[in-house]
Amino acid sequence: MRAALRSFPTLLRVGFADAVAYRAEFLIWILSTNMPLVMLALWSAVAREHPIGGWGQGKFAAYFLAALVVRLLTGCWAVWTMNYELRQGTLSFRLLRPVHPLLHYLAENVAAIPMRGLFALPVAAASLWILGSGELASDPWSYAIFLAAVLGAFAINFVSMTIVGCLGFFVESSLAIFQVWFGVYLLLSGYLIPLDFFPGWLREASAVLPFRFMLSFPVEVLLGRVSGGAALAWLGYQWALVAAMLALLVITWRAGLRRYSAYGG
Amino acid sequence: MIEVRRLTRHYRVHKRPPGLAAAFRSLFRRVYETVVAVDGIDFDIGPGERVGFLGPNGAGKTTTLKMLSGLLHPTSGEARVAGFVPRERRAGFLRQITLVMGQKQQLLWDLPPSETFELNRAIYDIPVAEYRQTLGELSELLELGDLVKKPTRQLSLGERMKCELVAALLHRPRVLFLDEPTIGLDVSMQATMRSFIQAYNERFGATVLLTSHYMEDVAALCPRVIVIDHGRLIFDGALGELVRRVRPDKRIELRLSKPVAAADLEKLGRLVQHGEGLAVLQVPHAGLPEVVARCLSTLPVLDVSVEDPPLEEVFRELYQRVPATGEAGGI
Repeated sequence: MRAALRSFPTLLRVGFADAVAYRAEFLIWILSTNMPLVMLALWSAVAREHPIGGWGQGKFAAYFLAALVVRLLTGCWAVWTMNYELRQGTLSFRLLRPVHPLLHYLAENVAAIPMRGLFALPVAAASLWILGSGELASDPWSYAIFLAAVLGAFAINFVSMTIVGCLGFFVESSLAIFQVWFGVYLLLSGYLIPLDFFPGWLREASAVLPFRFMLSFPVEVLLGRVSGGAALAWLGYQWALVAAMLALLVITWRAGLRRYSAYGG
Repeated sequence: MIEVRRLTRHYRVHKRPPGLAAAFRSLFRRVYETVVAVDGIDFDIGPGERVGFLGPNGAGKTTTLKMLSGLLHPTSGEARVAGFVPRERRAGFLRQITLVMGQKQQLLWDLPPSETFELNRAIYDIPVAEYRQTLGELSELLELGDLVKKPTRQLSLGERMKCELVAALLHRPRVLFLDEPTIGLDVSMQATMRSFIQAYNERFGATVLLTSHYMEDVAALCPRVIVIDHGRLIFDGALGELVRRVRPDKRIELRLSKPVAAADLEKLGRLVQHGEGLAVLQVPHAGLPEVVARCLSTLPVLDVSVEDPPLEEVFRELYQRVPATGEAGGI
């Protein structure tokens, strides 16, 4: 484990070099996370005349710009890599190395964050400050909780993707399953519609499902919608979800490896 | 170094006839078939040995290598490599082995090979001084030069294969599993690879288990061969012994100063090649000295040489002899 940790900076560095090998592709990939901006334009148009459910244009702007910031900091693509490598049999090379393949995937996904941050975060953060600064949390502790919640959101994103990726050991392609997961995520994470707009029963259900903790929860903290003891309690719940999903990942990974067929070659 | 006991691996394969109707039917009803890829094989390989692991396509060679390198879990049976159980994939085990697959690559496609080398240095926790020394030695043996600075995708197959070998050997593994490492390479690059593998084996005392369909690889590198077919072991021993058992005859190549009639040559043995100034006879091993003496005394011989039949022929005959049941027959 110590050797694995020592190798982590190099894994990050090489992952970073790989992520930016094609400049144009990288830029397009960054731009592909712009859905919150589309939703911002849409909801702003709807709320131009009258607030919707108590949400005016400023509130929508703050929400979707905060969502963009969180999305930029928590985006992953591990499931696509795993699906490809399982089908092609190239996962074998990761399995032959004395560093856990999941740690290797983690390094690759973390490595792209700084570059994404460098390009897109200043723009998103500045826009958020200009358009919605009145909506931001006033309690300094909220920002500390926000950072922990973003980390937790990244963890749930990554772990859920790798769990679905592991299903590729059992079915011919895990991407179809991921599309279903992602569809539910779009709806229940607050990515397209703030969770406040859901009817009571759905709002209550979405409050405890993992999807909220992948996007909406950090946004709620940043905007001061949830703060103090309540924010800390939800943060604890978020990390409990991370722990439970990690346990599920370990079980799925081990069961999957026994079925691995190392296709080709 | 490698111990294999009753090693077996079954695959469950989805069977589907071609065509749209069959594709649609397979949505509702799937037919699976169990394929026995490796069927209870046993062998031992000592430290520093170079062994050819041979068999026709689909014989179970690659599956066996994948089980020995810990990628596949055996259905039953046991294997130990360098004192470890491969399927447990302990870090100590992974540091001592490498698997080179001629048809797959570990090099990062969009980055120069030097980045993969650096990645492996970190992953295998190789001290910097040792890494530089090994990289220097391997680069010199393979004459890598500036190749390592070009993105992998811009390298030729041969250049890429050289870099693959370096990436696979940086941690100085004691056991090399080489699965068709020379496939697709030109003759000169194949020769480079062979001499490199031999040099590495001699320099580090590494154990080498090699699969290849190129008989030159086997002849140059493997004093011992293990042959499997339909998942079963059909021969384990010296290459020369295999040749003697499968084709217990020799070839006499005669350079002649003037033409000799085929009928006269056929009196001495089976004529396998006849041309101007050249004749090749196939004779039983036991009668060789007598036939050579008669050739020299009765024919206008300029030069004579005695050889085994070509390995390609030996293996073709061997694979044809083994029935589909996988019985070893008389081998």
